[in-house]
Amino acid sequence: MTIDEFVKRFSEEFDETPVEKFAVGTLFKGLDEWGSLTALSIIAMVDEEFEKRITGADIRNSETIEDLYNLVMSK
Amino acid sequence: MALLRFENIGLRAVSATVPHRVVKTRSLTEYYSEEEIEKFISATGVEERRFIDKDKSASDLCYKSACQIFDETDINRKDIDALFYISQTPDYKIPGSSIILQDKLGLSKSTIVYDINMSCSGFIHGLLMAYNFLQHADINNVMVMVGETLSKMISLQDKSTGKLLGDAGTVAVISKGVQYGESFFSICTEGDNINSVIIKGGGAKIPSSPETLKMQKWGDGSIRNLEQIIIVGDDVFSFAISVLPRDIKNLLEFAGKSIDEIDKYAFHQANNYMTNYIVKKAKGNPDKLLQSIQKYGNTAGTSIPLCLVENRDKINTNDSILMNAIGAGFAYGTALLNIADCKILKLQEL
Repeated sequence: MTIDEFVKRFSEEFDETPVEKFAVGTLFKGLDEWGSLTALSIIAMVDEEFEKRITGADIRNSETIEDLYNLVMSK
Repeated sequence: MALLRFENIGLRAVSATVPHRVVKTRSLTEYYSEEEIEKFISATGVEERRFIDKDKSASDLCYKSACQIFDETDINRKDIDALFYISQTPDYKIPGSSIILQDKLGLSKSTIVYDINMSCSGFIHGLLMAYNFLQHADINNVMVMVGETLSKMISLQDKSTGKLLGDAGTVAVISKGVQYGESFFSICTEGDNINSVIIKGGGAKIPSSPETLKMQKWGDGSIRNLEQIIIVGDDVFSFAISVLPRDIKNLLEFAGKSIDEIDKYAFHQANNYMTNYIVKKAKGNPDKLLQSIQKYGNTAGTSIPLCLVENRDKINTNDSILMNAIGAGFAYGTALLNIADCKILKLQEL
């Protein structure tokens, strides 16, 4: 999965945030819709798409969508 | 991983009691926005919970459930050879609640009792202990109680637990009988995750003090003190979805069954989002999933027997039941058993 595909897939976990708000450098925890439940859906998305486990700490330590992508790819 | 097989032991009766006091999730607008509450209900399923009165305890709920079994089935007090009481909210630090219940219930002085501190997987752990004791010729009936009053251990202003956890007390009697056939267990422990579900203060490591009782604001906006439970929801979810579907698969392979052959799933009612994901990943049929979280929330180790009681009209004689749970630690497990002629009694209130 390329980073652009990852950004698109990431955005699909949000119901209300417009897709144009999502980019490689988006500080996702600053999005209004971000919260504990969206964190779960991102963990689930990575599990489904990559069959890899990311933890709550991984999310807490990532600032941008690119950070999270790089972390997933490094696992 | 421990994979274990047993023959001719099973659930003979199950009962559950919940407190009479209903706390509706939508009533918590003092602490949460309406939008936050609706999103929470949509994801977790928790519409309401039961909170126990201040002067009552989890053992009171279990006592009432045990009396119901003695009143409504052919099981007598003198038949009980062992009693295991599983709880993280005991009546006292000393003595154990199992000892109090032996006397209060009028059980024989020869009854073997244990208090067990296990979290959400407590019922499966308790069942496994009962099955093991029942290997002995002179042990014929074991009472497994799971009681939790987590409402006494949460802050309503905790974003993870304040809308999620509730109270219940359950009792199961496990006995011998050819009608039960084979049962299977898988139990695992990965104790390097203790900070994911923990009450840090009030024990021997951090004794109770004005400091541990001081309400503090945490990074996620939650307000709680050190003697109230912390659940790091994303860590629990991440771990659970990575291990539980595999644990289910391993157990079913060990039992020589496919998930399609199982009649019902009684999974720990952690939250709907997690439970549904585990069923999907285990390639199960969501229609077979029994639920109680809508009315009682996550009631920790009581949730599997409570789920059986809540869905007693949907469970048929000789149904095969797949149980699965994860709790603090992490400790987790899966069990497959035949419901046979188990008496599942009507839910009571206290």
